[in-house]
Amino acid sequence: MKVGIPRALLYYYYYPMWRTFFEELGAEVVLSSPSTRVTLAQGLKHAVDEVCLPVKLFFGHVLDLAGKVDYIFLPRMVSVEHHKYICPKFLGLPDMIRRLEGLPDLIGVDVNLYRKDRDLYTVINNVGSLFTGNKLKIFRAYRSSIKTLQKYYRLLHLGLMPAEALAVLDNKVGDKPLNYPFELNVAVIGHPYNIYDSYISMNLTGRLKEMGAAVFTAEHVPEKTLRSNAARLPKKLFWSLGQRMIGAAFHYLDRPDISGLVHVAAFGCGPDSMTGELIERHARALRAPFLNLTLDEHTGEAGIVTRLEAFLDMVRWKKAEAAGI
Amino acid sequence: MRATFPHMGNLYIPLRAMLQYLDVDVVVPPPSSKRTLNLGVKHGPEFACMPLKLNLGNFIEAREMGADTIIMAGGCGPCRFGYYAQIEHAILKDIGCDMQLIVLEPPEKNISELIIKIKKITGRRSWWQVIQAIRFGYQKALAVDELERKVFQIRPREARAGASERAFSEALKLIDNAASPGEMTEARKKAGAIMAGVACKPSGPLVRIAVIGEIYTLLEPFANNRLERHLGLLGAEVDRSLYLSEWVNDHLLFGLVKGLRSSKETCASASPYLCHFVGGHGQETVGSAVNYARDGYDGIIQVYPFTCMPEIVAQSILPGVGSDYDIPILTLIMDEHTGEAGLQTRLEAFIDLLARRKETREVICK
Repeated sequence: MKVGIPRALLYYYYYPMWRTFFEELGAEVVLSSPSTRVTLAQGLKHAVDEVCLPVKLFFGHVLDLAGKVDYIFLPRMVSVEHHKYICPKFLGLPDMIRRLEGLPDLIGVDVNLYRKDRDLYTVINNVGSLFTGNKLKIFRAYRSSIKTLQKYYRLLHLGLMPAEALAVLDNKVGDKPLNYPFELNVAVIGHPYNIYDSYISMNLTGRLKEMGAAVFTAEHVPEKTLRSNAARLPKKLFWSLGQRMIGAAFHYLDRPDISGLVHVAAFGCGPDSMTGELIERHARALRAPFLNLTLDEHTGEAGIVTRLEAFLDMVRWKKAEAAGI
Repeated sequence: MRATFPHMGNLYIPLRAMLQYLDVDVVVPPPSSKRTLNLGVKHGPEFACMPLKLNLGNFIEAREMGADTIIMAGGCGPCRFGYYAQIEHAILKDIGCDMQLIVLEPPEKNISELIIKIKKITGRRSWWQVIQAIRFGYQKALAVDELERKVFQIRPREARAGASERAFSEALKLIDNAASPGEMTEARKKAGAIMAGVACKPSGPLVRIAVIGEIYTLLEPFANNRLERHLGLLGAEVDRSLYLSEWVNDHLLFGLVKGLRSSKETCASASPYLCHFVGGHGQETVGSAVNYARDGYDGIIQVYPFTCMPEIVAQSILPGVGSDYDIPILTLIMDEHTGEAGLQTRLEAFIDLLARRKETREVICK
């Protein structure tokens, strides 16, 4: 049996877990192909104009899987931690996707840990029972999937990008030379599905590296640090991803070795409009170099490059000034 | 303490009544206007939804009138509104309008958090008086909604242009001026008489349109470019999926008052199109579209502010309702640039379409 997983949205957080789980249960996991112009064009064609870029891209990835798999794994991610949601669009995503025609069956379960964590296992059980009647097998698959996920997170905390961490998990690390030591450290804060998808982010992290800046993201910071930093807000944020971004931004802005912050938002993203504002105010108060990049389906590459260059120039001047050169 | 609160349509009438009953010094900000919006746009985040910008403008204008305390509702997501107050407070502080902020919202840890906040507003008044004040405010909300329903009826039928509008504002003033619960019955009667006194021309069955969507753009005429008024004057009978008193009953009184439409029932109608709540009024929007379609309305208009997340989900799902029930649905997105003439043209076209459909159907039925 083939289970399709769209390479979009929460793929960047949970893919190792999902894959291990399905493979342990004897299913074959098929990923949608990396985003291209075609993926986005498909998404634009089938989603309403108003949804944000990553959701449009998700539509494209789902359509890419159609015809290739028996099932598409599409959980309704309501809440992944206590008293926090992800975003209204995640809540309605399965209902939006179900309107598409020609899709294989969807594995749709509600993941809702808003009240208590224990509910997760019921969900796991429901999904597992599609593949096997053996409860023990499901439990084992669940255990090893959690283990893989933890390993993945540890790799991210070491400073790897998701693609690199996945390569390590797969034992596919090439014989490439180590990175040249960078002269600058820059934090890139944004939703993981925006910054790690090299098509819609126009290879933002890669470009920064080419220009001589090491990139630090929210995924490199342990959960505990993120939480304690986000707790500096007057009221707890109720978006899991928003809280991660705020926590990471506050953490990096306090670190003297990080010289600037790039905030990446998707056009029309609701949480970004609020968290971005909070981060920008904080950066301004600290007089830290700050760049706000808004991504949409029309972004021209040249524009992004120019702005990144200008930003890094500013960071370098500031550094030189501080050093008294 | 001179308290103020943001505008949302006629919300100021019950809220002012409630606070004045408790002897709180109230400053009602000037009605939302172009200036309010410009102030909000100037200082607010670019991609925040329009209600935030209007709120911000309201507060700045209230501050100019001498207010020093903001009373606001909050929430716990996933709609952005839950974080409005904190963002607005940070912005006001930065532009030198430091005002005290009292956010009434579900407490994070302990119910005492909420009680302390309420006590901050009410001072040494007893809880009995607080309850009485809420009842007084609720009575006014009911009276205002009654008038609104009435004006939806008579607007397309008025014999002399502008008569219904004049009567409506006169009646609202009467309700607003009633100083105590004792005067309410009298004021309600008089207001009803004024509305009944508007001369109507005889008319056949009119096009019936339901307006659904996000609460702020539904209730605030400035935010929706006086959509209901336009529809009425173009000859359509309007109903709205949400009235102030219904919202208060659902969210503040926990559905204590029976016999009103409740959001629970509306949400139930949303299945199988949208089977999970999505924050804000997203599920209610889909549910009420289904309900209105079943009730035989001729068309549905969804309104929401640009980038509103729950309504975008609803909008993606509404075409399914539209094709299943064979009912045209128009989505209008409001932002700070909406021109009234553009809206008017689209509404005329929509109503023409509905009238034509209605006519052909009647011919076929005969």
